[in-house]
Amino acid sequence: MSQVVSTAMEDSLHPGDAHYNLRLYVAGQTPKSITALANLKKICEEHLVGRYHIEVIDLLEHPQLAAGDQILAVPTLVRRLPEPLKRIIGNLSNMERVLVGLDLRAVAPP
Amino acid sequence: MSITASIPAAGAAQTLAKARTGITGLDELTFGGLPAGRPTLLCGGPGCGKTLLATTFLVNGAVLFDEPGVFVSFEESSEDLIQNVASLDYDLGALVARKKIAIDFVRVERSEIEESGEYDLEGLFVRLDYAIKSVGAKRVVLDTLEVLFAGLGDTQILRAEIRRLFAWLKQRNVTAIITAEQGAGTLTRFGIEEYVSDCVMLLDNRVVNQVTTRRLRVVKYRGSAHGTNEYPFLIDAQGVSVLPITSAGLAHSASDVVISSGIPGLNQMLGAGGFYRGTSILVSGTAGTGKTSLAAHFVEAVCARGERCLYFAFEESPAQIMRNMRSIGLDLQPRVDEGLLRFEAARPSLFGLEMHLARMYREIEEFSPAAAVLDPISALRAETGDVHSMLLRVIDLLKSRGITAFLTNLLSVEGMDKADLGMSSLMDTWLSLVQLESNGERNRGIYVLKSRGMNHSNQIREYQLTSQGVKLVDAYLGSSGVLTGSARVAQEMVDAAAAVRRAQDNQRKQREIERKRAALERQIQELRAELEAEEENARKSLQHDEELEKRIQDERRAMAIQRGGTVS
Repeated sequence: MSQVVSTAMEDSLHPGDAHYNLRLYVAGQTPKSITALANLKKICEEHLVGRYHIEVIDLLEHPQLAAGDQILAVPTLVRRLPEPLKRIIGNLSNMERVLVGLDLRAVAPP
Repeated sequence: MSITASIPAAGAAQTLAKARTGITGLDELTFGGLPAGRPTLLCGGPGCGKTLLATTFLVNGAVLFDEPGVFVSFEESSEDLIQNVASLDYDLGALVARKKIAIDFVRVERSEIEESGEYDLEGLFVRLDYAIKSVGAKRVVLDTLEVLFAGLGDTQILRAEIRRLFAWLKQRNVTAIITAEQGAGTLTRFGIEEYVSDCVMLLDNRVVNQVTTRRLRVVKYRGSAHGTNEYPFLIDAQGVSVLPITSAGLAHSASDVVISSGIPGLNQMLGAGGFYRGTSILVSGTAGTGKTSLAAHFVEAVCARGERCLYFAFEESPAQIMRNMRSIGLDLQPRVDEGLLRFEAARPSLFGLEMHLARMYREIEEFSPAAAVLDPISALRAETGDVHSMLLRVIDLLKSRGITAFLTNLLSVEGMDKADLGMSSLMDTWLSLVQLESNGERNRGIYVLKSRGMNHSNQIREYQLTSQGVKLVDAYLGSSGVLTGSARVAQEMVDAAAAVRRAQDNQRKQREIERKRAALERQIQELRAELEAEEENARKSLQHDEELEKRIQDERRAMAIQRGGTVS
């Protein structure tokens, strides 16, 4: 058990090594969702090459999945791994906030 | 059809479809329920019962009206919600299992959400749509939508989405309740009343003199008449009930049926032989005058006719009342066992007046008694005006149902209270119990202060609390007024002695007359005897004289013959 904890701690200390399991919830092929997916792919290619997995879920097709991940707004990006679970809502146009949300960058000093 | 067309107002009222809430009173004051297929805003401060009212709406829909519902909770998890409403006897878990109700907990936690770019709340719509479809919902509750404002930063998006949500709910034709926290000076903290225009209700939980009263007000109801007052409502083990005070009309019918007061002497005093059925009777008196005893007699009389009686006790427990009444020979326990008598005991300070009223209303609705006793109303302490208006409503409530009301009122020793004076006009019959103080003792007197429609006695009658019940003693009217207690007894003894004396006097006089008569009669006899004797004498002497005369003549004739002459 302590091993796991230390791994998790190492992950958060060295986020550059962890594998990213990402889910993007959208509701139909709206401009917002298309933009969001494009933005997400761009960010991942820039920062997480080779260690990410994106799963796009269209809630119009799978409405039952919305409650499980507590989806309220769309698009919502959920970082399922590494833990803890993170949610980023919006079309991901503000890259700085996405990077902060994914723990890829420390909060910018004021 | 032509009739409804010719009366546009009535026609319009009928066209607005309504969804019954199943909440006692609320459906009455909204004339049928909430606007069907439209959203209703339910606002109020914390802890005033928004969630419970909304849940009741859903549960009643599912259980009573076959309208399944969806509960979207933004504050409590499904488990918490099920547990919280279990106190109202709502088995939400079972309803969820039977697919009558779907609960969706929408968790919004600011710290877990990062915002980047544009978004909308389509996720919420998808979930709501999914939940509605899963149970075929006709009713939806959103509790509390405003949590979104705390969880999401972009209020502009939120407002646009909330507006869209209400339009969407309308389009889905579900009857929805949206709860919201009351803001300072506004109905809701974030002003969402702007978006809900069909029906707005405000809940309130006010504390006056350390006693809270829940109140409900329909702020607006587009396209429908509704009661505009604040109505007290009640949340307890039997659910939510609102008390409409709309029985403002004086349309109750008057019964000619006379019912016994339970005390023969009192029936006599009342002229008609008792109280009219469905009237209000007030018994007022100072401490220890036997108000409750009088009430108990009345109760017994009601139950003896096989009718139900509801006894609201504000100062004594039912056991105490029954024990005390056994001391005057009235055992009410069998009546309780028979189910004819029900006690409802509660300290007046337990709730506010409105709550008492609401509770009474529900008990009366449930038990439908022929008579109700409130003992004593003086225990209901509040502003005089408030007590007055509450009693007015209780009496209205009872009268409209033809229930005879029997109220007792404790007076301070000085005499009539202000509250008493205000109440007199509400009462049809007012019996006053008084302590008559004289010769170092207190005696109980009763008089009929008023009794509408009866030629009642104007006397103060003395009564006693005996082991066989309340007994009215025959009134003693002396030259100096009514005498009671030992004064009466003394006067009665004096009177009795005088009567004996008078009788003896009479007898003596009678004897004297007898004697006189006897004496006179004797005298008469003596005189008569005397007369007779004298008559006899007279007769004898007459006879003697005649004989003498004859002899003289004879002798004269003989002499003449001897002388040779003729007889002349």
